[in-house]
Amino acid sequence: MDQNEAQYHIVSYGTYVLVWIGLLILTGITIVISGLNLGGLSILAVLFIALVKTGLVLSFFMHLKYEETIFQIMLLFPVVILTIFIGFTFFDVSFR
Amino acid sequence: MNEKHRDYSGAKIGMWLFLFTEILLFGGMLLLYSVYRAKHSQDFHNAARELNTITGALNTFILITSSLTMALSISATQKGNKKLSTIFLVLTILLGFTFLINKYFEWGTKFHHGIYPNSPELLNHPKGELLFYSLYFVLTGFHGLHVIIGVLILSWMAVLVTKAKIHQRDFIKLENSGLYWHLVDIIWIFLFPLFYLIT
Repeated sequence: MDQNEAQYHIVSYGTYVLVWIGLLILTGITIVISGLNLGGLSILAVLFIALVKTGLVLSFFMHLKYEETIFQIMLLFPVVILTIFIGFTFFDVSFR
Repeated sequence: MNEKHRDYSGAKIGMWLFLFTEILLFGGMLLLYSVYRAKHSQDFHNAARELNTITGALNTFILITSSLTMALSISATQKGNKKLSTIFLVLTILLGFTFLINKYFEWGTKFHHGIYPNSPELLNHPKGELLFYSLYFVLTGFHGLHVIIGVLILSWMAVLVTKAKIHQRDFIKLENSGLYWHLVDIIWIFLFPLFYLIT
């Protein structure tokens, strides 16, 4: 069987370079924000940017945007599990 | 026709399942980090200031760029351009090495200042700083180990591409290796701000 059948979307070099530039700009923004001493807000902002960068890597570099839906649904499992872990741990820790 | 049956979607799903276990492995350690950070925020603040932001930023740049060359290498293979694919793959491997060399010097400097797991110097620090550095060494160490494994896998893939075992019509091995490499990049995307930026 041939892997390069219609199901495969070949991402162009240009798209990848654009994503790379986006990732570098976001990294720059993170460094600037963390230098501003915004306290708790800077932690949130920095983590938010890290999530956006992860989204870019997942969708383009890891082709998730072009995959069948099953891959996107599967990814929900570890995300939900981690969210439950972190959420419940902090319920415990913050109310002691 | 003597064709082997291959299940490319199945192979990719298997790879993603493995990556999920990796996410949970690092996720657990990051959970530990956030709880200790909440409990010892002042100590974490002091300890994080000791890490070199420039080295961290440089390594972020290196890893993001290596992710780009990795993705480009797969596109090149899909387009049937073996030579370009090999070049991008070799570039990815070299960038991986550069990351590790950087890390070697970074850890080296810390060791030189007497900061390494269980060092007498570190044991004199406040408890929170001790926790920060333990997490720093475990997490960046585990991450570095993943980079080493990634470099080994990609070197193997480079051999397969040159031998035309990976080509335009069968590149699942290269694709799955790429997925692994990108995951290592994603983990660093979190480690960099958590250890080097947020103080």
